[in-house]
Amino acid sequence: MANKDIDITVRTGTVHALCGENGAGKSTLMKILYGMQQPDEGTITVGGETVTFNNPADAIARGIGMVHQHFMLADNLTVLENVVLGAEKLYGIGAKARTKITEISDAYGLNVRPDVLLEELGVADRQRVEILKVLYRGAKTLILDEPTAVLVPQEVEALFHNLRELKAEGLTVIFISHKLGEVLSVADEITVIRRGTTVGTVEPAGTTPKQLAELMVGSELPTPETEESTVTDVPLLTVDKLHLSQTDLDGVERIILDAISFTIHQGEVLGIAGVEGNGQSELVEAIMGIRDPEAGVITLGDTDISHAPTRHRREAGIGYIPEDRHRHGLLLEAPLWENRILGHVTERPNSHGQLLDIKGARADTGRIIEAYDVRTPGIDVTAASLSGGNQQKLIVGREMSHSPKLLIAAHPTRGVDVGAQAAIWDHIREARREGLAVLLISADLDELIGLSDTLRVMYRGRLVADADPATITPEELGSAMTGAATGHLEHTAATGPEHTEDDAR
Amino acid sequence: MKKLTQRIDRERLLLGIAAPLLAIVAALVVTALVILATGKNPGAAFSDMVTYGSASDSQVYILNKATTYYLAGVSVAIGFRMNLFNIGVDGQYRIAAFFAAVLGGALTTPGWISIPLIILCAMGTGAVWAAIAGVLKVTRGVSEVISTIMLNSIATAIIAFLLQPGKLAELQSGGTVVSTKPLPTSSYFFQIDTGAAGELWGFIVIAVLVGIAYWFVLGRTRFGFDLRTVGQSESAAAASGVSVKKMVATSMVISGAVAGLIGMPTLLNDSHQFSNDFPVGIGFTGIAIALLGRNHPVGIALGALLWGFLERTTNHLEFEGYDKEILGVIQGVIVLCVVIAYEIVRRYGLKRQQQRVGAELAAQAAAPTEKQEVAR
Repeated sequence: MANKDIDITVRTGTVHALCGENGAGKSTLMKILYGMQQPDEGTITVGGETVTFNNPADAIARGIGMVHQHFMLADNLTVLENVVLGAEKLYGIGAKARTKITEISDAYGLNVRPDVLLEELGVADRQRVEILKVLYRGAKTLILDEPTAVLVPQEVEALFHNLRELKAEGLTVIFISHKLGEVLSVADEITVIRRGTTVGTVEPAGTTPKQLAELMVGSELPTPETEESTVTDVPLLTVDKLHLSQTDLDGVERIILDAISFTIHQGEVLGIAGVEGNGQSELVEAIMGIRDPEAGVITLGDTDISHAPTRHRREAGIGYIPEDRHRHGLLLEAPLWENRILGHVTERPNSHGQLLDIKGARADTGRIIEAYDVRTPGIDVTAASLSGGNQQKLIVGREMSHSPKLLIAAHPTRGVDVGAQAAIWDHIREARREGLAVLLISADLDELIGLSDTLRVMYRGRLVADADPATITPEELGSAMTGAATGHLEHTAATGPEHTEDDAR
Repeated sequence: MKKLTQRIDRERLLLGIAAPLLAIVAALVVTALVILATGKNPGAAFSDMVTYGSASDSQVYILNKATTYYLAGVSVAIGFRMNLFNIGVDGQYRIAAFFAAVLGGALTTPGWISIPLIILCAMGTGAVWAAIAGVLKVTRGVSEVISTIMLNSIATAIIAFLLQPGKLAELQSGGTVVSTKPLPTSSYFFQIDTGAAGELWGFIVIAVLVGIAYWFVLGRTRFGFDLRTVGQSESAAAASGVSVKKMVATSMVISGAVAGLIGMPTLLNDSHQFSNDFPVGIGFTGIAIALLGRNHPVGIALGALLWGFLERTTNHLEFEGYDKEILGVIQGVIVLCVVIAYEIVRRYGLKRQQQRVGAELAAQAAAPTEKQEVAR
């Protein structure tokens, strides 16, 4: 990833959004601003003074703090302990620190209780603790890296309310996102990055999501909506009363999957909505054979595969786009052509009998790179050197190349730029027309609603609600994701949350 | 596009060579300082090592030593490629050599039957001994590091117990050495007579074959791909359909089988019996050599040769009035430098590649972007 000729000016007391496709260089820019990486050339000026950040400590000393996408908090400590951890010198660890935390919390309406154990807090509360942690260290400028990725729409609204409070108190917020609706609703100024350079700064008033998207990619905004239904009545994957539990370190048994039952037919996309950590990953792993369910039956076609090894399932025609591509989908330090073999080593064109067909695999890697527009200088570079979106395109290309009967797609377009997103959706739709069944798990509610034929909501290991994607709104889905609504969700025009600006769809 | 790929490859090759060179140069500097500190002249020592090491009898000695070390290096490297640290190579080869020697002494069959049997017995024993650690790891989650260290001690105790007159050994005529029954001359492995320089052990052929098999299986077969996958990322391997546990157990067994070969050059080409002065500690040498050779079949060979060279020449230094401990210093410093240098070079290479890919893509992107903007 490279940044070049980045020009960005953030005024004090504003919320400045930074958006761009993934791989455009947002993360690199943020790392530079937070001192995690050093620029080759160019300057950073804070309050009129040119500065160099060699490490995050330098950045904090200048009042720049970062709230990471993945929280850096200890579950077994209280909020107070988490906040003071590493900053004991500032206000000690006792009453003075507690007073300070309450003070900050009240000043910005964060509503943080210092003595609660962190493990009792939900995602949104944890995020507020992260923000408080940064403020406690004296930050005047906050960088938030994709803060809404883990939140449901209602929580996003609450977060935006907090951000406005911060702004009112004279703090500056840099907000990274590629959700256009959100960006337009919260930001005072928006800077768009494309291919490592800033392409422009716009005001949200007088800008539509469509214009913003065009600025981001230089092409039209795609929509995830499917056309005519291709659902058949031939069941392809049947999951019946699947049960999975896990005993944690304290010997307490935790139920992860509870009586999960559903059927996916040929040509059907079943979407599962839910806040992350409600059992979706485990469900996928059980279907892939990475976890062994304690009870329940998984049937693929006519075959019971409940306890079959993963390789058999893959050979039987299950394609897998994993949620965490770095851990489950790629060998980061191996070249692209070896990554093309991964997961399909027993199939052509990767092997003949017991021997690898290196020539065949290399040739086919070249084909995937062409067909799926993986931007890389060659097939011998390591997977780690590609940007996230290009890694994902390679994975999608690999899985689709073996004409799967069932595709398990966990967040298939996460961290993928708008153009590639459209291409991935097209590939899924095309295969669906030919009878592909898809289990789609996504945090992007627009993607779920747009692509699915059937929708289910997962909450604490159970499928608690179902909905018709033709009529449901993201807000209605959001309330079921927090456990507030169950059963069949009917769209009712008037009762949805009145305030929605997320009209990027 | 093609040009860039080639450049990256050439760079990777350069980086690959840079690390061991860097390490050896650093080791030489440190060694020179140590020799200086003892008040002697390092220049003279190094030149003596080169002259003595390149003599033809030294060359044969080094090749013979390297044969043993190469097998040890490959055995350890198989584990390393899987992310397994088989410290137990040492115990595996000793117990394997012991039972192979017992079997060899008892056989009266012709050589073409005995020799393969002895080798198979050694490989089998090594495999079984390593399998204990493998099974413990996959069933009970016992770290292979701990279990193989303990199995080394157990192997030592078992050999000590059985290597007694009246058990599986006999007292030699001199009255000082206890050993297994010597192999009949028909079970001797072939040697290449190099005249005044001495006998070159024929087992070097087997070592080369093992190296070729190692390269072929890892790089060209499905099994090898699965093995490397597990070594690079267990989570990705599991998701891709490799049974990680089965793979751990299997590779441990293979590592042990190759470990069983380590004692064979000595047994079949040199000592022809297992006595209480059978070489020990080669398993640990193998760890150093696998690290030095970067788990690469050719790299390990170079490492093994270097080790043989160092041993041969530092022995001679002793006669020239230098301290013999200098060998340990050089070897230790090389291993330390190698580990550091590889990590530095690896990180540098990864970063450099990312930069290059980024730069290339930016250049590729620049042209169409401009066109679009003009069009709008």
